[in-house]
Amino acid sequence: MTHRSRQLRVSALARVEGEGALSVLVEDGQVRDAQLRIYEPPRFFEAFLRGRQHTEVTDITSRICGICPVAYQASAWLAIEDACGVSVSEPIAALRRLLYCGEWISSHALHIYLLHAPDFLGYPDVVALARDHRALVERGLRLKKAGNAILETVGGRAIHPVNSRVGGFYRAPSRAELAALAEQLRPALDDALATTGWVAGFDFPDLELEHDLLAASQPGRYAIEGGQVASAAGLAFPPQEFGDHVVEHQVPHSTALHATLDGRGYLTGPLARYTISSAALSPIARQAAAAAGLGAACRNPFRSIVVRAVEIVYAISEALRIIGEYERPDPAGLDVPPRAATGHGVSEAPRGLLYHRYQLAADGRIEAAAIVPPTSQNQAAIEADLRGVVAANLDLDDAALTALCERTIRNYDPCISCAAHFLDLRVEHR
Amino acid sequence: MTSADRLTGPPTLAVWKFASCDGCQLTLLDCEDELLTLAGQVRIAHFLEASSDVLPGPYDLSLVEGSITTPGDVERIREVREQSRALITIGACATSGGIQALRNFGDAAEFRSVVYASPQYIDTLATSTAISAHVPVDFELRGCPIDKRQLIEVIGAFLVGRKPDIPDTSVCTECKRRGLTCVMVADGTPCLGPVTHAGCGALCPAVRRGCYGCFGPRSGANLPALIGQLQTCGMSPRAVDLVLSTFNAAAPGFALPGAGEQR
Repeated sequence: MTHRSRQLRVSALARVEGEGALSVLVEDGQVRDAQLRIYEPPRFFEAFLRGRQHTEVTDITSRICGICPVAYQASAWLAIEDACGVSVSEPIAALRRLLYCGEWISSHALHIYLLHAPDFLGYPDVVALARDHRALVERGLRLKKAGNAILETVGGRAIHPVNSRVGGFYRAPSRAELAALAEQLRPALDDALATTGWVAGFDFPDLELEHDLLAASQPGRYAIEGGQVASAAGLAFPPQEFGDHVVEHQVPHSTALHATLDGRGYLTGPLARYTISSAALSPIARQAAAAAGLGAACRNPFRSIVVRAVEIVYAISEALRIIGEYERPDPAGLDVPPRAATGHGVSEAPRGLLYHRYQLAADGRIEAAAIVPPTSQNQAAIEADLRGVVAANLDLDDAALTALCERTIRNYDPCISCAAHFLDLRVEHR
Repeated sequence: MTSADRLTGPPTLAVWKFASCDGCQLTLLDCEDELLTLAGQVRIAHFLEASSDVLPGPYDLSLVEGSITTPGDVERIREVREQSRALITIGACATSGGIQALRNFGDAAEFRSVVYASPQYIDTLATSTAISAHVPVDFELRGCPIDKRQLIEVIGAFLVGRKPDIPDTSVCTECKRRGLTCVMVADGTPCLGPVTHAGCGALCPAVRRGCYGCFGPRSGANLPALIGQLQTCGMSPRAVDLVLSTFNAAAPGFALPGAGEQR
């Protein structure tokens, strides 16, 4: 290595949700340090949630992330219902799962087509991609629109849905409204299968993750909302014990907190969900995964785009199943009388496990709130991968290595708005 | 791009982010039916969430999301303004400080210590403020998040140099136009519709929920009269304070004397 002292800079990493910075230090051909620096100005949700009423929390936490508001609503309503000792009816739970499927479809289609695929095909953005491959991009936009149609029909709005609440919904959609939605989802299933075949043909650099993987887990089905927490190494615990295993700590270079699982770095997100629950996918999603060359587990972060495509197939098939079996919940939502207690909730945001904890006073005021978003859980693993990717590719020139680092980060679909935003890539060689 | 291209090429569009959730800039990408058409009419010159291709300013139209919460962002918004022929704020954060403006009524140092164990690493201002508190703004688009039809209308209007057709009326006018039954009159459900800026299309009354004010106050709203009505519907003074202290808490039209003290 002749470049004993060289420095790479990208002033702002693009096509991620939010803003952050990265610095990599290479000394004498060894990667000494890799930091994912999150500069997103802090917004202090956990502070101003204190003193709010328990019934307001889901509208407020929704505003943490415009890309995955349903995740922030879902983990919150689960935690508050846990504190209050309320379980919703099966039909309400099914309608919630349908709403969440809409967010998976919309968020994954955004990431695959608008943020991630341009990396594999050598375009700066989807607009340039559309100049050469308009039909492909239109397919992606149709998929995204289908996800948003679920969010609008069930949630009342695609970004920050208004119809969901602690206890259920304000108004449950009619069977006729959902039948019309299903008409839009059937062709979307074909688009999703075509997407899986398309991304499976990309070229993937070799990289196998060694971290443990952590995801929500439910017997017999692919976990989206609720359930236990399970790791690929065999750990399993209820959400109430999350704080016993996952510890957050502050690092100077980030406004997001870093997390460890029993003292070690770990990863959440599509690779974790797939590796832990692939056997529970719907038959059509399993077929799509097999045709795309995925086995029972997937630990190559570059192939996360394939897993996301399979998860779109799953979410559409699951949405169609829920609509087919739909019973309109009556009432649409339950009353959730408060009590002095602490509650815990987990759900699978499109980019990974999202944990909420609330301590309620007897009158329902929030006394304490804790939110552990997926991107802060993944930061340490992302940094470890960057070290690995840089170490394995030191022969690349500055521009190529920089591009590979950016791709490595995009593999995780980091939502820095959630974690706290500005990816400014700096590779320093000494 | 050469200066000659600047004179003859399509107008340039830039999208900027400050403290926010990304939802308002996502609204632009959520215009699935219009996105490629729009991309043919403007040159997207700076939109980090969507493109790694960044062109230098000046820009014909800048859309600004988010509020000002750090000393660095106070400087950055001035630079954005200098580079922008027209500057439109998109959403409640950029227009009124957003939900993070709740810090304006509390103690930012204490807030910081609640979230971060080592607050000395965190560089933040005691307030979250609207873009217009720092630089002149050509148009403010309301909403938490903004409405995509309104966004397309505003961009289209600026591109051809006309006034955007964004009526400053109440959510009630949209609710009536949709033929919805009034949730407050029929169900006794507290609703901020009469004082809230139109634009969403009366989404909440459509699901039999009272409006919670996410588009912020319309001008000329009679807030004291509505507060009396909310209390008639059974809301306590604390509940009234809470519902006005959310996504547009720092908007003057929703400010109550002593707001924040009762929590």
